[in-house]
Amino acid sequence: MTPSLHLWLIPILPLVGAAINGLMGRRCSRHAVSGVAVAFSGAAFAMALWVASQISSLSLPHLELLSPWIRAGNFQADFAFFLDQLSLLMLLVVSGVGFLIHLYSIGYMWDDAGFSRFMSYLNLFMFFMLTLVLAGNYLLMFIGWEGVGLSSYLLIGFWFTKDSAASAGKKAFIVNRIGDFGFLIALFLLIKHFNTLNFAQLFEQIRPLQPEVAGAGLLTAIGLLLMVGAAGKSAQIPLYVWLPDAMEGPTPVSALIHAATMVTAGVYMVARSHLIFDRAPSALTVVAIIGTLTALFAATIGIAQTDIKKVLAYSTISQLGYMFMACGVAAYSAGVFHLMTHAFFKGLLFLAAGSVIHAVGGEQDMRRMGGLRKYIPWTFWTMTVATFAIAGFPPLAGFFSKDEILWKAYSSPHGSWVFWLIGVVTAFITSFYMFRLWFLTFFGEYRGAQPSSKAKLATEPAAHDSHAPDPHAHDNHGHGHGTPHESPMIMVLPLAILAVLSFVGGWVAIGGRFERFLAPVFDSGLTASVAESAAETGGSTETLLMGISIAAAVSGLFLAWFLYHRQPALPARIAASLGGVYTAVYNKYYVDDLYNTVFVKPLLKGSTTVLWHGVDQAAIDGTVNVAADSARHVSDSVRHMQSGNLRSYAGWVAAGAAAVIAYIIWAGVR
Amino acid sequence: MTLANLNSLILTLVTFIPLAGALLLVLCPRRDRDIRILALVVTLLTFAVSLHLPAHFHRSQGGFQFEVSRQWITTPNIHYHMAVDGVSLWLVVLTTFLTPLCVLISWKSIDSRVKEFFILLLVLETALIGVFTSLDLFLFYFFWEATLIPMALLIGMYGHGRKVYAAVKFFLYTMIASVFMLAAILWLYAKTGSFDFTTLQSAISHGQVAGFLSAAPWLFLAFFIAFAVKVPLFPFHTWLPDAHVEAPTAGSVMLAGVLLKMGTYGMLRFNLGLFPEQARRNAPWIITLALVGIVYGALVALVQPNMKKLIAYSSISHLGFVVLGIFSFTQVGLDGAVFVMLAHGVSTGALFMLAGILYQRRHTYEIKDFGGLATPMPRYAAFFLFIVLASAGLPLLNGFVGEFLVLSGAFQARALYGIVAATGIIWSAGYLLWLYQRTFFGKITHQENQALPDLSGFETAALLPAAAAALLMGVAPLLWLNMIDPAVHTALLPFSDVLSKVAGQ
Repeated sequence: MTPSLHLWLIPILPLVGAAINGLMGRRCSRHAVSGVAVAFSGAAFAMALWVASQISSLSLPHLELLSPWIRAGNFQADFAFFLDQLSLLMLLVVSGVGFLIHLYSIGYMWDDAGFSRFMSYLNLFMFFMLTLVLAGNYLLMFIGWEGVGLSSYLLIGFWFTKDSAASAGKKAFIVNRIGDFGFLIALFLLIKHFNTLNFAQLFEQIRPLQPEVAGAGLLTAIGLLLMVGAAGKSAQIPLYVWLPDAMEGPTPVSALIHAATMVTAGVYMVARSHLIFDRAPSALTVVAIIGTLTALFAATIGIAQTDIKKVLAYSTISQLGYMFMACGVAAYSAGVFHLMTHAFFKGLLFLAAGSVIHAVGGEQDMRRMGGLRKYIPWTFWTMTVATFAIAGFPPLAGFFSKDEILWKAYSSPHGSWVFWLIGVVTAFITSFYMFRLWFLTFFGEYRGAQPSSKAKLATEPAAHDSHAPDPHAHDNHGHGHGTPHESPMIMVLPLAILAVLSFVGGWVAIGGRFERFLAPVFDSGLTASVAESAAETGGSTETLLMGISIAAAVSGLFLAWFLYHRQPALPARIAASLGGVYTAVYNKYYVDDLYNTVFVKPLLKGSTTVLWHGVDQAAIDGTVNVAADSARHVSDSVRHMQSGNLRSYAGWVAAGAAAVIAYIIWAGVR
Repeated sequence: MTLANLNSLILTLVTFIPLAGALLLVLCPRRDRDIRILALVVTLLTFAVSLHLPAHFHRSQGGFQFEVSRQWITTPNIHYHMAVDGVSLWLVVLTTFLTPLCVLISWKSIDSRVKEFFILLLVLETALIGVFTSLDLFLFYFFWEATLIPMALLIGMYGHGRKVYAAVKFFLYTMIASVFMLAAILWLYAKTGSFDFTTLQSAISHGQVAGFLSAAPWLFLAFFIAFAVKVPLFPFHTWLPDAHVEAPTAGSVMLAGVLLKMGTYGMLRFNLGLFPEQARRNAPWIITLALVGIVYGALVALVQPNMKKLIAYSSISHLGFVVLGIFSFTQVGLDGAVFVMLAHGVSTGALFMLAGILYQRRHTYEIKDFGGLATPMPRYAAFFLFIVLASAGLPLLNGFVGEFLVLSGAFQARALYGIVAATGIIWSAGYLLWLYQRTFFGKITHQENQALPDLSGFETAALLPAAAAALLMGVAPLLWLNMIDPAVHTALLPFSDVLSKVAGQ
C-alpha cells in the first residue's frame, strides 16, 4: 500500500489563488496580488518537486481517488489522479515553467489596469493544466482540456476593448471546440466498447489486443478521432489557424499557454493514449503525416512574418509538428523529450521577445527594431541561447531532442526517410527564420527611434493588418519610447533560469537516460519495439544523419547572416522577384480567407436566409398563419372568439373545462 | 407531527403554499413594497419546504414516494393522487428554486399592477408544481391547462411590443395541442374507468384495456403532440421566440426554466410510461426531429440580432438534447436528459434574467445596441460569462454533465445520433461566445452605454443562487444523479421487456 500523496492538492492550490485574486484582487494592492499568485503557483511547483523526490518509494503508476464525480447506469467517472513517469515529467515542466512565467508576469503586467484579473486567470490556467496532466481518466482530462481552452480564451482576449483580441479569443475557443468534437466521439467509442474511461482499466483491456494491420478498425477510429482533438489543441493542420491569432494576448500568455504548456496537451494526450495508437498503425501514419506537413508548412510561413511574435507562433506550430512526427513513428519518448526542451527554449524565446517588446515601447514589428544587443544585453544573451537551441546547435537542448526525433523518424519501423528528409529541410528553415529574427532584432542599427525609418520599412511589404502595439501601458511609468531599456530583475531572472535549462536541458538524454526513464510508460506490450529497431539500424548511419542535421542548422545561420546582416537589401529584391509565391507565403497561403469563404460565410448566410427567414418565418409560421386565417374566414360566425382579448380566452378555457367536466360526469353516471 | 404524517402531507404543502400566498395577496392592500416582500416570503417558504423532499427521499428506491391518494370525486372517479420520483422531485425543486429568483428580478422592473403580477406568478407556481406531482391524469390535465392562463396573462399584461399577439399565439398553440391529449385521456378513462397513472399503467401492461392495441398509435400521438408543442420540438417551435421576446423577464424565466420541461417530463412519464411499445416504434422520427432541432435551433440562434430570441432558439437546441436522451432508451441517455432539463432550467433562467437586466437599463434586446459593456459593468459581465460558459457545456459547470450523458447514451443507441448531436458543442460555443463578444467586448459604440450602472443588490441576489447552483451541479452532479438514476431505471423497466419483444419479433 503506497502512501497517499494528496495529488489533488497540486491543481487545487492554484485554483485557490485564482479564486482569491478573482474575488478580492481588485481591492488589494499589486504586491498582495502578486504574492498570492506566486505563492500558490509556487506551492504547486514545490509540491511537484516533493512528489518527484518520493518517486523511488512509489510503485508507478500511482493511482489516487478523491471522490466519485458522475455515475449514471453502469458508467462512472471519478475525480481520480494518475501519476507515472510521463505525468510526473509533465507536472514538473508545467508547474516549473508556469511558476517562472508567473514571476515574469509580475514585471510585465505591473502597470496594467487588469493586473489582478490577469494573475487570477494565470492561476486558473495552472489549475486546469495540472488537472489535465494528472487526470486518471479521459473525462477528467477533458475537464482540464476544456478548461485550458477557457483560460486561453480569457487570456487571448485579455485586452478585450481591442476587437482583434476579442475575436482571436473567440476563434481559438471555437476552433478548439471542433477538435473537442473529435475527442468526445473518441470517448463515446471508448465507453461503448470498453465501458470505462479510467486509464488503468482501459489500458488493461487494450493491452492484449492485436494491432489492426488491415487498416480501419475500432482502435484506428479512436486514434484518428483523438488526433482530431489533438490537432485542435496543439494547432496542427487543418486546425492550426487559431494559434497565430492568439498572439493578441499579452506576451507571458503566449509563452506559457501558446508555447510551453497548453499547446503541448495534444502531444501529451497522444502519448498517454499510445497503447491505442500502437495498435492502430494507420492512425499512427496519419499522425506522422500531419505532424510532418505541419512542421514544414508552418516553418515556411515563419520566414515571411515581420511581427516578432508571429514568427514565434508559426515556429511553435512547426515544432509541435515535430512532436507529432515523433509520436507518429511511435517514438513517444522522443516527442515528449522535444516537448520538454521546447517548453524551455520556446518559453524563453517568447519571454525574451516580450522583454524586447517591453524595451522598445510596445513595438512588435522587427523592421522597427535592430541593434538592440547593446541596449538589452541580458535579453540578448538569453535569447541567443534559445535561438541556438531551437536551431539545433549542439550541445544545446534543442539539438538533442530534434536529433532524436529525426533519427527515430528515419529508423523506426513506422518511420520513413521521407519524414526524415522533410524534418531536415524544416530544421534548415527553422534555423534560417530564427536567425533572421535574431539578426533583425539585435544587430545592425536601431530602426525604431528615427522618424526616417519609414524608408527602411519599404524593404518588406507593409503588413495588411498593421499591428496595434501591445497596449501595455508604458506611458504610466515614465520611461519613454526613446532609448530601449533593459527589463526589471523580476523579468530577467526567469529568462536566465530558462536560458540555463535551454542550454543543459538536453543532457538528460545522453546515454539514453531519458528514454529509459519513460520506457515503463511507453512499453507497447507488442513484440517489435522502436528502440530495438533503432539499434538494428546501427550507429554509423546515426552519426551521418546527425552530421546532416547539424549542417542544416549551420547553413540556416549562414544564410540568415548573409541576407539579413551582410546584404540587408537583398531580401526585398528576392521577395520582389518571387512575386506571387512570396505574397502567398506572406499571407499565410490565404488559409484563413479560404476557411472564411468556404465555411463561415455560407454558414451565417444560410442560417439567416434559408433557415431563419425561409424555414422558420416563411414555411412554418406562414403555414400556421394561413391555417389560422382560413379558420378565421370559415368561422365567421364565431369571430368574436378571436377578439385578441385574453380575458375572453380565459373565459373560453373555463367554459371548455366545464364542458369536459360535464362530459366526465356524464360518462361516470352512464 | 411525525415524519410519516409530514411525508404524506408534504406534496400538498409544497403545491398549495404559493396558492395560499396568492390568496393572501388578494386580501393585501395595494402597497407595492409589502406585496413584494410577501411574495418573496411565500416563495422562499415554498422553496424551504420543498427541500424536505430531497432531504427525506429514499435514494435507492426508484418508485414514487411521499405518496398521497384520496378519493376526490367518486363519479367520475377522480383521485387526489400525488407522488414524486427522483425525476419529478427535482423538477419541483427547480420550480420552487426559480420562483423566488423571479420575485427578486421583478422587484424593480415591475412597477405597475404589482399586486396582480405577483398573484399570477404564485398561481403559476402552484400550477407548475401540480403538473409534476399529479399522478391522476385528470388532476394532471387540470394543472397542465392551469399553467396557461397565468402565463399568457403575464405575457399579455406585462410584456412589451407585440405582447398580445405573442400571448395569443402561445395560448392557442399549446391549447390546441393539449386538446388531443385530453381526448386521449378521456378515451383511456372511458375504457378503464380510471384516471390513475399507476392503475392505467398496470392495466395497459397486462393487456386489460379493450381495444388498446388498435388505439395505441393514436393515443401515443395525441399525448406526444401536446408535449412536443410544449417542449417545443422542431417544427412546432415558432411560438417560443415570439413568446420570449415579448414576455417580461420573470415570464421568460418561468417559461424557459420550467414550462418547457412540462413537455419533456410528459414524454418521459406518459409517452414512455404508458406506451413503451409505441415509443419504441416512433423513436426514429422523433429522434430525427430532435437532431434537426439541435442543429437548426443552434444555427438560427447564431444569426439572431435580438438577444432574447437568440436565447430562445438556443433553448430549442438544448431541449432537442433532452428529447434525444429520452428516446435513446438508454439509462445513461435518460439520466442525462433529466439532468439537462434541470441544468437548462438554471442556466437559461439565469440568461433570461441577465437579458432582462440589460433591458431594464436600455429598453432594447438588440445586440447591436450594446458592445463594450465589460468596461462599465464588470460584475455583470462576469456573471454573464459564467452563465454563458455553463450554457455552452464547460466541464465542472452544470451544462456539461447532462449533455455528455445524453450524447453518450445517444451514441450507444446509434453512433450517428451521437455524432450529429455532438456538433452541438461547436455551435453552442459559436453563438454564445459571439453574443458575448458583441455585447461586452470592444469599445463602447453607443454613448448611452457609457455610464450603465452595474448590478444592483436585488439583481445580484437573483443571479448569485443561479450561478452557485450551476457550479454545484457541475462539480457534484451525484447529488442529483443519485436520485435520478434509480427513477430512470424504474421508468425503463417495462421498457426492457418491450425492447426484447420488439427485438425478438
